[in-house]
Amino acid sequence: MTQPTIDQIEKVITDSLVTFGADPDAISRDAELEALDVDSLDLAELSQILEEQFGVELTAADVAEIKTVGDAIDLVAERAK
Amino acid sequence: MSGADHQRPEAACALVTGASRGIGAAIALALAADGWPVAVNYRSGADGAAATVKAIEDAGGRAIALQGDVADPAVPARLVEAVHEQLGAIGVLVNNAGLRADGLALSLSDEDWQSVLDTNLGGTHRMTRAVLREMIRARYGRVINIASVVGPRANAGQANYAASKSAVIAFTKTAAVEVARRGVTINAVAPGLIATDMTEGIPDALAERIPAQRAGTPEEVAAAVVFLASDAAGYITAATLYVDGGLSA
Repeated sequence: MTQPTIDQIEKVITDSLVTFGADPDAISRDAELEALDVDSLDLAELSQILEEQFGVELTAADVAEIKTVGDAIDLVAERAK
Repeated sequence: MSGADHQRPEAACALVTGASRGIGAAIALALAADGWPVAVNYRSGADGAAATVKAIEDAGGRAIALQGDVADPAVPARLVEAVHEQLGAIGVLVNNAGLRADGLALSLSDEDWQSVLDTNLGGTHRMTRAVLREMIRARYGRVINIASVVGPRANAGQANYAASKSAVIAFTKTAAVEVARRGVTINAVAPGLIATDMTEGIPDALAERIPAQRAGTPEEVAAAVVFLASDAAGYITAATLYVDGGLSA
């Protein structure tokens, strides 16, 4: 699997969050997942999507550390290296 | 969101644990009659499972038999993978595999306690965990856990069984609310006294307490499962449907 670009990771995460019901206009790197009404079930599904798309396995402990959209993007970019 | 948003996917199949005989076999047959390709799981009843598969095929349905003890932590993931390979995506999981090892609470051995909990409760949890990820992604799924009237109601000599089945109902409710908004329903069906091999030796005292004055049939339990698996039951989740001739009233 070739290393994904930040833009590709950001698009997958943003699209997923919108599917979960987050307001597209409120999504930014600094947006907190809690403020976007993204909960633990959404994060479990997001982990699955990221694994399928980028081959990145995120543990429950990894996911617990994710507070903002930017955190998620950076973590996936780091793990996909 | 309308009820029509989460309809049965055409290609999905059903997996029924403990389906070589009794209630499980009846559930497998009834789901197949409702159009579901069915994976018939069994632990030791290979002949029974083969007979269930044959009965489904003779009726024009599609089925496979899959060996595996759901109490073994390694088995659920293997079963799910085998179903994916041979039948496709799992739309319905029926956690039916169950065990009895009766004895008064004051003398119940640790082994008899643990084996019943491992199969009835641990197996239900592990099998459910193994299918929920694909179900939430599909925005469709039906998990139906076979509980029992024993648990919500006392039955002397079955403290382990009662504890496991009450816990199955509690597990059903909690897991159901976690995934409800993804179009996945999780319900329990609680049979009363049903005439099967497994209920042989149950004291007559229980039969005398049944308002309907008779034991139920495996087909009557299966009918409730088929309903909960159907699109018509899409708004029913975290529920326990008693099929017990009024015993739990």
